[in-house]
Amino acid sequence: MSEYVEEVHAAGTTGTYIKVWIALLAMTGVEVLLAYEQVPTLIMLTALLGLSIIKAALIIAYFMHLKFEKLSLFLTLFPMLIFCIILMLIFLGDATRIPHMRPGF
Amino acid sequence: MSSQASAAPSLWDGGGSPYATGSKKFGMWLFIVSDSLTFSAMLFAYTYSRVTNPDWPKPFDFSPAIIFATVMTFCLLSSSLTMVMAVQAMSHGNRKATVRWILATMAGGGAFVVLHLSEWMKLINVEGVTPFKNPWGVPLFGGTFFALTGLHMTHVICGLIYLTIIATGVGRGKFKAEDVEVSGLYWHFVDLVWMFIFPLVYLMSARVG
Repeated sequence: MSEYVEEVHAAGTTGTYIKVWIALLAMTGVEVLLAYEQVPTLIMLTALLGLSIIKAALIIAYFMHLKFEKLSLFLTLFPMLIFCIILMLIFLGDATRIPHMRPGF
Repeated sequence: MSSQASAAPSLWDGGGSPYATGSKKFGMWLFIVSDSLTFSAMLFAYTYSRVTNPDWPKPFDFSPAIIFATVMTFCLLSSSLTMVMAVQAMSHGNRKATVRWILATMAGGGAFVVLHLSEWMKLINVEGVTPFKNPWGVPLFGGTFFALTGLHMTHVICGLIYLTIIATGVGRGKFKAEDVEVSGLYWHFVDLVWMFIFPLVYLMSARVG
């Protein structure tokens, strides 16, 4: 049972973590800049979601150590999580139709 | 058969760990996966409410509300970095440094909660936003906003309590490196959720000028 203790030592260095932190701050800065520039909604949403997913991936990979874990842990946890989250999009079509079904539209 | 089992630990003896992680760490990962589904459901509820209401309000002025939220994001992101340092110090067996880094993490989290609560108080007392009504005539805004950010703030406060327990224990010579790492996983997850709430709730509702 001592094998995972070794893994902790094999993980990233302080320099890596600081680089990841700076990258996360830079991406947050870009997001705030997009909000300041009042980019059109659809482009804004796409850019924000894209950046957020990259930020989440960086946090999971480096801060949460998943990059240094066994691949089987990632395969057990994440494909089904991503699939379930994408499934929640299933009602989006209904949500966009509702405003046009209101009287007066 | 028995000689083979003693040479390499059989999975049936409980010797092998299929993910090469401790059970505590794996348990925390399972919790994180289920909790991220809760948060995704709430973010989707917010999105759907917004899509069905074309007159959704944009209540956050760039200055001060968005700048305020950016400072909160900075606090939470930096507390994640100090938490990584705490985990690293503990894996090198340096308990004093671990306690210091965890205290730095808690300072970041505490600053986040204080800033967030003062923002809430301004929304509630000055602008008159409650979960059931607001001056912009879209009651769902208050409901989804307070549910989403409130659940997140609850997670941060629980994280602060969790880290207090871990820091006290580590200072007294209790807990192993894995315990600190597991509390770090939880803390990074709370940070990760904010990385979605901040753009989708705040930046998408920013008002400039």
